[in-house]
Formats: sequence, C-alpha cells, structure tokens
Amino acid sequence: MQALTSKAKQVSRKPMSFTERMYLPAIFKGMMITFSHIFKKKPTINYPEKQRPFSPVFRGMQILNRDEEGRENCTACGLCAVACPAEAITMEAAERQPGEENLYREEKYAAKYEINMLRCIFCGLCEEACPKDAIYLSETFAPADYQRKQFVYAKNELLIPHPKENPEAYKKALGNRSNKSTVN
Amino acid sequence: MLLAIDLGLVIEKLILIVVVISASLVIAMYTTFAERKVAAILQDRRGPNRAGPFGLLQPLADGLKLFFKEEIIPNFSNKFLFILGPALAMLTAMMTSAIIPWGNKLELFGREISLQITDVNVGVLYVFGVVSLGVYGIMIGSWASNNKFSLMGGLRAASQIISYELAMGISMIALLMVTGTLSLKEMVVQQQAGYWNIVKQPLGFLIFLICAFAECNRTPFDLPEAENELIGGYHTEYSSMKLGFFLFAEYINMFVSSVIMATLFFGGYDIPFFNEATLSPNIAAILGIVALMAKVVFFIFLFMWVRWTIPRFRYDQLMHLGWRILIPLALFNMLATGASILYFQ
Repeated sequence: MQALTSKAKQVSRKPMSFTERMYLPAIFKGMMITFSHIFKKKPTINYPEKQRPFSPVFRGMQILNRDEEGRENCTACGLCAVACPAEAITMEAAERQPGEENLYREEKYAAKYEINMLRCIFCGLCEEACPKDAIYLSETFAPADYQRKQFVYAKNELLIPHPKENPEAYKKALGNRSNKSTVN
Repeated sequence: MLLAIDLGLVIEKLILIVVVISASLVIAMYTTFAERKVAAILQDRRGPNRAGPFGLLQPLADGLKLFFKEEIIPNFSNKFLFILGPALAMLTAMMTSAIIPWGNKLELFGREISLQITDVNVGVLYVFGVVSLGVYGIMIGSWASNNKFSLMGGLRAASQIISYELAMGISMIALLMVTGTLSLKEMVVQQQAGYWNIVKQPLGFLIFLICAFAECNRTPFDLPEAENELIGGYHTEYSSMKLGFFLFAEYINMFVSSVIMATLFFGGYDIPFFNEATLSPNIAAILGIVALMAKVVFFIFLFMWVRWTIPRFRYDQLMHLGWRILIPLALFNMLATGASILYFQ
C-alpha cells in the first residue's frame, strides 16, 4: 500500500539490548533532561508586580475623552450606540446651559452615558464611529466585580481624569492613545 | 549507688531529643515547600512565591490551612483506628531519628555531649524494625476508612513494603559484612578513617536507594496513593490535619531515609578530603553536622528530581522489579561481597 505521507516510520521491534534492559542509562538520560530545565528561562511573568506591555492596537475599556481644557468632547450624537454591534451603549442627551461652557465643549452633551461591560465585545467600532474623538478604547480592562449591575459603567466611571486638576492621572489614562488625538 | 542517675545526662538527652524532633519537623515542613519549588523549576514554572519573601512562609500557610479545614470522620469507619492510622505513621516516621549520629561530640560546660540520642549497638536492625512498622499506619488508616480505594492503597502499600524490604535487607547484609558492625556511629567512624562505603558497595547502594524510594512511597513507587487510579489511595477519606499527618509523615520518612543513606554509604558527618582532627572538637562537630545536612539535601533533591522525571510503575512491573530483579541482584551482591572478603583475607 502506498504511504499517505512521507513521515511514516517503521516501528522497531528488535529485542532490547542489555543496557537498554537495565533502564538505568535511560533513566539517567531522562534525569539530565529534567535537570537541564533548571537553567531554562521561565516564561511566567510575575503578574501584579510585572505587567506585560500591551500591543499598540490593544482594545481595552472605553474612556470618555476631554479636550485640553478639561471639557467633555461627547455631544451625545449617538453614532457610537448605533455602531455598537453588541448594543452595549445607551445615552441621554441634554442641552448645555449658559455658564457650563467650561464643562462641555459643544452645545449638546451626554447627560447620561452608560456602557454595559458584560455586553461589550471590545471591537472598537464606537471609537471608529465617533466624529468628536470623544470615546476610545484604553489599555485597561474592566475589573472583576461581585454583582452584574456593577458592570454597567456610568459616565463618572468612564470619564477621563481632568487634565488640569489631575494631569498625571489624565496622562496615564490617555496612555499611548494620546498621539492619536493629535492626528484627528 | 548502682542506680545513681546522672541528671546532666538526662537533661542533655532531653534537649537533644527536642532539638532533633523539632529540627526534623522543620526540615520536613520546608521539604514540602522545596518539593513544590523543585517541581516548579523542573517544569519551567515559578512555584509558590506569594507568602512571605520568595514564598518562604508557604509551609506555615499550608499548615494553618490544614488546621482550619473541616475534620470529617466517615460514619462507617472504625473511629479509634481511623485516628490511630495517621498518628502511627507520624510516630514511626519520627522514631528512626533516635539512633542517627548527627555529628561527633560537642564539648560544653565541661561535658562531652554525643550528638546522637542513643547509640544502639544493633542500630541497623532498629532502623529496619521501625521502617517496616511505618506501613502499619498506612494499613490501619486505610482499613479503618471503610473505603475500597483506601483499602486498595493500603494493600498495595503492604505488599510493596514486604517486597522491597527483602531486597533492602539483603543489600544491607552485604554492607554489614564489609563493615562488621551494626552500630551507625561505628560505621561513620570507620568511614572517616577509610573510604566511604559507596566505594565498597556501589551495587548495594543502588539497590538500597531503589528500595528506599519504594519504602517512602515516592514516585515511581507511589502506587499506594496513586492519585489518578486510587483517588489518593490510603488517605482518600482523610481530611484536615489527619491528612496533613499522613502527608507530613511521608516527608519525614524522606528526610530520615536520606540521613540513613548518607550515614550508611556517604560517611555520615564525615567531611570529604579533610581531617577533622586538626580542628577543635566543637567546630569539627558543627562542620560535621553541616556536611551531613549537605548530603541530606542532595538526597532529598534526588527524591524530587526522580519524582518529576520517571512516571509511576504499573503494579505488575513493581512486583517484577522487586522480586525478580532486585532480590536476585542483592543476593548476587551479597555473594560477591563474601567472595571478595574471603579472597582479600
């Protein structure tokens, strides 16, 4: 019969020689192999102390962006909610009142903005859909919780820290995406 | 004053007993830690490193956990024997350490303190007696659990000990023929003066080593507890610290048999290529203890190293190795030793 692959190997059935039947050389060889593993590099990363760098295209938890003066970018246009294939985003719009110019960049803003992190599939379509550079996916991921309702993230949990009041936290939250906002 | 009791001797021995027992407990504790660490390193993992610096408090955490676990005694078990099992396993594991010469003499407060709890002149026989008692803890515990897997484990332990005790005993006889003494202390003194016994009895040592693995129920001879076929074997029904005692007894056994092997074949507290007589006796004694411990650490590592290299035997393979290979080999070794002693006389 013709062999299906060229990798077929005839099994050797010849009786074992005396040294083979002693097993000791084989055991010794095996022990040397295990011993050599002592000096191998460990692939494990000590997680909480050391964190693996994310790839630049990593898509983590959403963040709502502010501009340089700390005003919210979002205008509650709803394009992200439309783009979302998992229907994780809900929002309610409101009109900016006089005197709130330092809070919201444009005349309309999101009074309520919620993302259900249990529904979210982190596809990043909301980020692509947003015309105002208001939402993007950061390098953090949603932490574990005890209750399902805790996973519906409200606006205060999604908003980026204020760039003027807390510049360090702002930078950290912005991460590598900061150069992205300059492109737009 | 025939019955005058030397109070100093009593205190000295009492302290020695406490030190030896607590030391072997601590060493056994850290052997459990070392086992996990060595296993991890040999498998390219990191091992426990959360509790304390480098995970050094891990054995304490494990011990505490075992104490806090619920203690379950099965309804249909024999309660007295169920408790006796692990207690006996622990007791016999500790008993062997009584006759081991841990070092030479210390000179303190004008007294000569021998670092051996008692120098029994039939030391080797005592070791054999106690080691074969060790299986009773396993057998009684497994029988009292009233569980078929436990019973199976106990049966395996009993037949394994019987099979390998024989080969071990015969390999010992050859060693006794060479040394001409049953006292462990005297064997060490002989080895200090001449060569280590491993040079005179390499085959005997190999047989002894294999049998020691079998007597300690260590891989590849861990059939009595075989996790994947017997669900833990003899300790299936045990929980809490009673389980801890069984597991702990295994590690103490490992420690003690390492010490015995070091003493019998590797010169005990003898420091190789070095004459201890040039040092003051106290320093020599302490260095001797260090030397013995270094040898013991090597053997304990060997136990672990083999565990993570060789898979478990099948039951018939175990019996085949014991009865049809090791015993004839040990007999041959005894014969060859006798013949060479006669020849060189």
